[in-house]
Amino acid sequence: MRRVVDISKHELVPKHEVMSEEEAKELLERLNITKGQLPKILKSDPMVQKIKAKPGDIIKITRKSPTAGTTIYYRVVVNE
Amino acid sequence: MRIIPKKVERIKFGLLSPEMIRKLAEVKIVTADTYDEDGYPIEGGLMDPRLGVVDPGLRCKTCGSRVGDCPGHFGRIELARPVIHVGYAKLINKILRSTCRECGRVLLPEEKIEEFREELKRAKKIGKNEEPIVEELFKLARASKTCPHCGAEQMDIKFEKPTTFIEVVEGRQHRLSPIEVRERLERVTDGDAEVMGFDVSVARPEWMVLTVLLVPPVTVRPSITLESGERSEDDLTHKLVDIIRINQRLEENMEAGAPQLIIEDLWELLQYHVTTYFNNEVAGVPPARHRSGRPLKTLAQRLKGKEGRFRSNLSGKRVNYSARTVISPDPNLSINEVGVPEIIARELTIPEIVTPMNIERLKKLVRNGPHRYPGANYVERPDGARLSLARVRDIDELLEKIEPGWKVHRHLIDGDIVLFNRQPSLHRMSIMAHEVKVLPYKTFRLNLCVCPPYNADFDGDEMNLHAIQSQEARAEARVLMRVQEQILSPRFGGPIIGGIHDHISGAYLLTQPEVRFTKEEAFHLLYASGIKKPLPEPAYEENGRAYYTGKQIFSMLLPEDLTLRYKAKVCKKCEVCKEEECEYDAYVVIEKGELKCGVMDEKSFGAFAGELLDRIVKDYGTDAAREFLDRVTKLVINFITWRGFSTGIDDEDLPEEAKERIAEILDDAEKSVFELIRAYNDKILEQLPGRTLEETLEMRIMEVLSEARDKTGAIANEYLEREERRRRHENSARIMAVSGARGSLLNLTQMAACVGQQSVRGERIKRGYSGRTLPHFKVGDISARAKGFVRSSYKQGLSPLEFFFHNMGGREGLVDTAVRTSQSGYMQRRLINALQDLKVEYDHTVRDTRGVIVEFQHGEDGSDPSRTDWGKMVNVKNIVQKYARMEAE
Repeated sequence: MRRVVDISKHELVPKHEVMSEEEAKELLERLNITKGQLPKILKSDPMVQKIKAKPGDIIKITRKSPTAGTTIYYRVVVNE
Repeated sequence: MRIIPKKVERIKFGLLSPEMIRKLAEVKIVTADTYDEDGYPIEGGLMDPRLGVVDPGLRCKTCGSRVGDCPGHFGRIELARPVIHVGYAKLINKILRSTCRECGRVLLPEEKIEEFREELKRAKKIGKNEEPIVEELFKLARASKTCPHCGAEQMDIKFEKPTTFIEVVEGRQHRLSPIEVRERLERVTDGDAEVMGFDVSVARPEWMVLTVLLVPPVTVRPSITLESGERSEDDLTHKLVDIIRINQRLEENMEAGAPQLIIEDLWELLQYHVTTYFNNEVAGVPPARHRSGRPLKTLAQRLKGKEGRFRSNLSGKRVNYSARTVISPDPNLSINEVGVPEIIARELTIPEIVTPMNIERLKKLVRNGPHRYPGANYVERPDGARLSLARVRDIDELLEKIEPGWKVHRHLIDGDIVLFNRQPSLHRMSIMAHEVKVLPYKTFRLNLCVCPPYNADFDGDEMNLHAIQSQEARAEARVLMRVQEQILSPRFGGPIIGGIHDHISGAYLLTQPEVRFTKEEAFHLLYASGIKKPLPEPAYEENGRAYYTGKQIFSMLLPEDLTLRYKAKVCKKCEVCKEEECEYDAYVVIEKGELKCGVMDEKSFGAFAGELLDRIVKDYGTDAAREFLDRVTKLVINFITWRGFSTGIDDEDLPEEAKERIAEILDDAEKSVFELIRAYNDKILEQLPGRTLEETLEMRIMEVLSEARDKTGAIANEYLEREERRRRHENSARIMAVSGARGSLLNLTQMAACVGQQSVRGERIKRGYSGRTLPHFKVGDISARAKGFVRSSYKQGLSPLEFFFHNMGGREGLVDTAVRTSQSGYMQRRLINALQDLKVEYDHTVRDTRGVIVEFQHGEDGSDPSRTDWGKMVNVKNIVQKYARMEAE
């Protein structure tokens, strides 16, 4: 039997969340940018597929950081 | 001339069509000769006056402008037969293979071509790279054996680098001449060319086969007149002469109806010359050479590589107002200063605008002129015209005319701010701003504390100096780039500038508990280090004389309210720290600016390590830190000079007893290696997880031997220390190693006790003869000494075999450094190219020039490392100490 691994449970995979429309709008306004200026993430990324994010969605990633404890990163899902 | 500012919106690259070349060209070049007997350029030759002017005074025959204004004009050579352009040979090959030999269509069905066309359109719209799509098309089309459009059978085409194409027809090889190639390329339809990545409005495939050659203007290939009056032509001109000559011969032979063979030979030769004219380093083509045997520098060579146009003239340029010379040390300069030789100060100038306040001073400088220091080299009128003072005849007349609004380019004087740089400029501290101090002799002088950031030493190093020309730049340099502002490294948040070598051993010796000075001695030291403070109460009196301790003297440099505790470099890292009671005096306590206990060493104010210096910069500012460094180095240098300090080979002397113990340890180690080998042979050696038995054996042997070396080192250190105390005679080598001034205990071990295992590629030495390293050993001998264990010390001297192994290890080290520097240099170049315009914005995000965000908070915590305590935002220890103090009070 093939074992299916839940990658989101892995220690090295940080927490990924899809941001809601309002949150995304608020973020873009706060940074005064368009979606194109956000760091990208491929739609084929395993975590993106796992949380079923669609191209154009903004993903909020909560990472562990050696300098700041935890830190938040935002990435926009792109086609390729 | 009015300058109209323009912005480049886009650049489009294309090929030159033959018609375009004919339109561009002012002259048809027909003869290979350049000048006639009288030295005049020949019309229709490569130096035709219509190609532009290079001689001053003459006017261009085409545009009528003089030298600087005439941009030069192109010429052309009509080639008797077409030739392949080497730069496009690879692309021609791809097109030949993927188009029909009869009808010229792409070898794919119409629908497929349409699909590709659509994909390309999409890629262009979203700005994606089109190349992979075109590559995919070539790959697919190449596979077809028959043309889907006209049904013609396709032949295999071989590409023989660099410019030959061979078609295999029914097993026979047929060489495609450039004419045939061009015909095939002509047959390609515009639509098909587009799916192969061409923009047919600027590039048709057949233009990659040349029928006319564009001749660059003379301004691009100026001839040089040697002192002897002889003319020397540019490499490009030489190459063009070759092309014309062969072209002519080819034409004559063709007209005369010469045999096909001869014509083909000449054609081939023309191809060779045109090929090397574009690029003289094509693989498989012997480079065209000068008469002297030097390969010619043709078009590609002018642009390519480190010495090419891009890297040496566009990305980097030579600049004015700069100087370069050898550096040497001067401990009397401040870290902020740089000693500039007077000869250089007379050459470098700083423009100063004349005002009513400085007119008298500046006039004095102008009167001194370029040769008498301090003087001036130029004066600039308000309209921008420059007058060289070296050429002015009546200086009084000029002085009359100078009034506010003029500019005087005066010599460098003391206090001017300049930039000082040492290559390779690996970090921002490689270029710092210094204050000028004009000194005699011919070298730049700098304070020893600034050696670490520049990575400079004085074995012949040279450095560059730039005189800043604008007031704004000077202000910016003073505020941001001055040496004292760079003490803290942005890399790890500690000082990168600090004491080195003698500064450290001097401070270590000065702060030893038993050091004492009489009042006179104390005054002498303090005066020499520029300290003007009253002496404190003497530490004690003996026989009616007052004595001051070294620690008291040192304390006079410290800020009055400084309180600090830390463990010194000499700390032995005992299990339980005795703090103030430390028998090695390694626990430093500074209270209210007084050094209560502990010695000063690398951890106090050494570069990369200084805790004390770090506290001073962060709590008292850069001015205080600069003053502290300047004074502390002067103090300890004066002290160590007065006291004396030297090292010799006897610093590595060990008593007989120590030598015996070392020999014993090494014997034991060798014995246990034999035991390991026996255990291996008897197959009772226990295997380590994840290793083969052989690897286990090797690892265990290495372990035993390195442990043995460490043990001998410990013994050596123990005896050196004991001897030191017994004979009341310091061991300078040991002091330097322990205090962190220079060298390490490993260096001492190797000199005094045992050099240890030599390695190549991280393994014991195994190369050489089959089964053994040298013929002196039996095949299969894997004992310690047969595989490069050096049991001698450097002082004893190495045996011939040991010496050989040591050389092997040493050579690897040398090669590694050489390879590493070039590799890491290239890596850094690429990294910097990728990161150079990232910038921290006011909202703490890191963005590139397009505004694309890279980081949402710089470093994820938004901190500037140079303002943190070794990378930590909050220094808990410090705060606790501070509050404990407040509580106590």
